[in-house]
Amino acid sequence: MTATPLVALSGVGVRIGSTQILRDVDLQIGAGEVLGLFGPNGAGKTTMLRLIATLIRPAQGEGTVLGADLASSDRYDVRRRIGMIGHVPGIYPELTLGENLRYAARVAQVPTKRARESLAAVGLSGAADRKAGASSHGMQRRTEFARELMIDRSLLLLDEPHSALDQDAVDLVEGLIERKAAGGGSVVIVSHDRARVKAIAHRTVELDGGTLS
Amino acid sequence: MTSGFWHQVRAVADRDLLRERRRGDVLWITIPFGAIALLLVPLAVGTDAALLREIGPGLYWVIVMLFGVLVAVGKASSDTVPQQDASLLLGLDPAAGFVGRAAAATLLLLIFEVVVGVVAVGLYDISIIGVPWLILTVLIVAAGLALLGTLTGSIVNSTSAGTALVPLLVAPLSVPLLLGATQAYEGLRLGHSILSWVLLMVAVVLVVAIIGVLTARPLQES
Repeated sequence: MTATPLVALSGVGVRIGSTQILRDVDLQIGAGEVLGLFGPNGAGKTTMLRLIATLIRPAQGEGTVLGADLASSDRYDVRRRIGMIGHVPGIYPELTLGENLRYAARVAQVPTKRARESLAAVGLSGAADRKAGASSHGMQRRTEFARELMIDRSLLLLDEPHSALDQDAVDLVEGLIERKAAGGGSVVIVSHDRARVKAIAHRTVELDGGTLS
Repeated sequence: MTSGFWHQVRAVADRDLLRERRRGDVLWITIPFGAIALLLVPLAVGTDAALLREIGPGLYWVIVMLFGVLVAVGKASSDTVPQQDASLLLGLDPAAGFVGRAAAATLLLLIFEVVVGVVAVGLYDISIIGVPWLILTVLIVAAGLALLGTLTGSIVNSTSAGTALVPLLVAPLSVPLLLGATQAYEGLRLGHSILSWVLLMVAVVLVVAIIGVLTARPLQES
């Protein structure tokens, strides 16, 4: 790990509507670090991931992600280096798994042949023509991992990455996390499976009632 | 606007058209209901052929407006938060997303206008006159409604008021389009110049397009 933090939050608070979701959050995540984030339902874990993904702005405090100020428009420029796999899949059920990846490749402006390669890398080359909506939750998640493989991300945010995955897919995901960290990227894992995350994380933090401990 | 911008526009438009091809909302729901709406009018006002011929073009444009905006709003507000997040993290420029969605909606509305137009001509015995100008009017109305609906959908997505806002947002801007389209047909029928009406519609299209592109990022981030 290097001393340069990829994520640096200081006294950050997030409000959604009239509800204060995160309070006074101080957090630094270094390059090459795998961070486990635990907490009960409603603790603000998903909001924390979206904040780090630059998708929501802090209402209080200040922070940078990949060097971009979270309160400025600089954050738009670093988004392409941030991958996020949420609890609910962000793919289109009407499209096939292959079409979903080709769409992602076109928007991210990477060669579409990488979509095919990434799908093969997650063991789904035989399912490229299967509609996402007719695929299992596990296959949809694998497709999302394929999307993250396809694009060169510096920061990977994973919400319950082990859920709905069989052992092969779990091994694949954990391999991806290890490679990402070894390559100088950072990974944040939100999970209720403490034992599994503690086995791969360098550090864990607890979020409860919007406050980190 | 760079080639990357237009690359993203095409990717979003292709995605929306593919989704529509699989879902068939416009083909199997909107077009039949539009045709049924045209069919119901003679039941309400009677089968006076001269009257139907007189009011037919206006009714056609009213139905195109109502159904067209609903189609475009529906398409623009159909993405879930995880889908929106994923697109933003792929580096999608929200303005490219807006233009791509509007382009796909324009094509769908053109199909709607043509099919429902054939039904209207058959039912109301409407004369087809000034074909090049008619084609231009149909194109402008499709683009205008698609842009208006896409902008409205983006606003609906970004506010807690939801779809309750739709009529308030759409009504003022769709009036010049409706007026322009009906008066253009009337002008063609009477042999008058329709250039001023065409320019009015083009101006609406340009204004909505500029507003849509400029507000795409703020609406997405709000």
